[in-house]
Amino acid sequence: MPRLVSHPDEVKIVTKRFGMGAANIDKYIELGGYDSLKKCIAEGPEWVINEMKSSGLRGRGGAGFPTGLKWSFVPKQSAKPKYVLVNGDESEPGTCKDHLIFLYDPHAVIEGTMIAGLAIGAKTGFIYLRGEYRYLLEIMEKAVADAYEKGILGKNVLGSDFEFNVITQSGAGAYEVGEESALMESLEGKRGVPRIKPPFPAVVGLYGGPTVINNAETIASVPHVISMGGPAYAAVGSERNGGTRLFGLSGHVERPGIYELPMGYNLKKMIYEVGGGVRGGRKLKAVVPGGSSTPVLLPEEIENLGMDFDQVGKAGSMLGSGGVVVIDDQTCIVEFALRTISFYAHESCGWCIPCREGTDWLKKSLTRFHAGFGTEKDIDNIQYLAENMMGRTFCPLGDAAAMPTLGFVKKFRKEFEDHLNGKPCPFAKHVELAVV
Amino acid sequence: MSPNGSNTETMSIFSPALSARFDTLVAKYPVKRSALIPMLLYAQDEVGYLSDAVIAEVAERIGITQLDVRNVATYYSMLRFKPAGKFNIQVCTNISCMLRGAYELYERFQDELHIGHKGVTPDGVFSLEEVECIGVCCWAPAIQVNYAFHDELTPNDVPKILAEYKGKAGNSGANGSVKNA
Repeated sequence: MPRLVSHPDEVKIVTKRFGMGAANIDKYIELGGYDSLKKCIAEGPEWVINEMKSSGLRGRGGAGFPTGLKWSFVPKQSAKPKYVLVNGDESEPGTCKDHLIFLYDPHAVIEGTMIAGLAIGAKTGFIYLRGEYRYLLEIMEKAVADAYEKGILGKNVLGSDFEFNVITQSGAGAYEVGEESALMESLEGKRGVPRIKPPFPAVVGLYGGPTVINNAETIASVPHVISMGGPAYAAVGSERNGGTRLFGLSGHVERPGIYELPMGYNLKKMIYEVGGGVRGGRKLKAVVPGGSSTPVLLPEEIENLGMDFDQVGKAGSMLGSGGVVVIDDQTCIVEFALRTISFYAHESCGWCIPCREGTDWLKKSLTRFHAGFGTEKDIDNIQYLAENMMGRTFCPLGDAAAMPTLGFVKKFRKEFEDHLNGKPCPFAKHVELAVV
Repeated sequence: MSPNGSNTETMSIFSPALSARFDTLVAKYPVKRSALIPMLLYAQDEVGYLSDAVIAEVAERIGITQLDVRNVATYYSMLRFKPAGKFNIQVCTNISCMLRGAYELYERFQDELHIGHKGVTPDGVFSLEEVECIGVCCWAPAIQVNYAFHDELTPNDVPKILAEYKGKAGNSGANGSVKNA
């Protein structure tokens, strides 16, 4: 069972009901649950979208797109039904925040979905969980059934004329399905390959209808935005980055766990104070700031780095999914790069050639390199390959594989050079990776 | 569950409970086909893998070709076409787990079970798999045994975990279905 952690610097908004038994609907209601929904029904869609816009809430899946703006793109009139789709296919290595949301506060996901539905004029919402999260799917299914029983879901939501239904769905193991258009394909019972854009999901989405797709953490934040009011929620975070974020500290950190901290919180402080520093008092070598697809940062780059979309972007990386992976000085970066690219090679759906071939060749090159059979030219080739994948694929998976690789090669070129000419790396024990 | 007793149900290879669940599933979505992926997963949970018979019946229930079912099923890494052990041990070795000793853990499982990646023990009780991120990064290293998570492990935890599941296998007989552990 995932262990809850806490730190005095945390600002508990999304996590405030964690560990309080809020998976039980009565407890959730007792703790103020579904009050935001009531308020939204009374105030109407336009008011909801304005609150969302003023909250500065940006997509927690990684792209950081303003949620209110996304909702406002959905056409008011549509011949086809509109849908809300909650992305709980959480698969980015280093990321396990949604895991806790589904476990401890499933009704917040339902309430957020319903508010999104009200705002865009949808009657149906889908909550899609990755297949591995079966026990969490069962928690969500129970929460949905309880909400129907209480008259919260269904024809006349809380006695109003608003109708809303929620359908839960299980995936079956595919990182790519976390991409919004691939997620829609999967939900339609197909292979999870991405669709070309435009048209964007807000216009042509699930079953051809206008669709809003939000990350589970984004959706779970919505009821809190409403209860606090947009401006108050925005004030918690940093400039243009409203609210808090569920940061997942993992890797070589003394106290790993999910911590809810204000947007813009200093990364160095997060590792050394919140996380208790590098495990065993070792030295920090590098940090992956937002899930494995985000370019690595060096210790000197995190000194004054605030963790929000804009500041991390300016530092040459991405806030991504908020999964902070701490790497100590005993780690071989070539092995780390190899393990990272192996994942993307495994998960590439094969739809576009630059991604399918690029990830595979990067994996081959890095495997050879790590085994001590690399050449000087390989380093440049790895960089060349990765650069040529960037921006040349249907979906961001190609970039997600190329970006971190470029980061490793550029920032740790010396370590790559040390591996040359049969000099095996001093730290790693594992040459061959079994996952194919 | 659904009161509809269809023809497929009477000759179904699935248990009555699962058949009833499928009837509900296909009626739940705006498009029948949306039930496909969960159906395959639930069928696999009961039968152990996607046998030809499973694929044939799922295709018929949804109203698509078997080829279409296979085309979709081969995309998803949790779906398999060969039986696994009664308890499928999935060890995550992705970055967060790797940094906290996932390979040492995985090696211990290999040593104890004398099988490698995607291997099955001769008694059919265990199978082993090295898997990608399972979403337990902050409590690494972690494994999944069927659907049950075990986290913050060390190689020394391996014998205890194996003994626990071996005990469960003994209680319900060998070669049973792969259910939630």
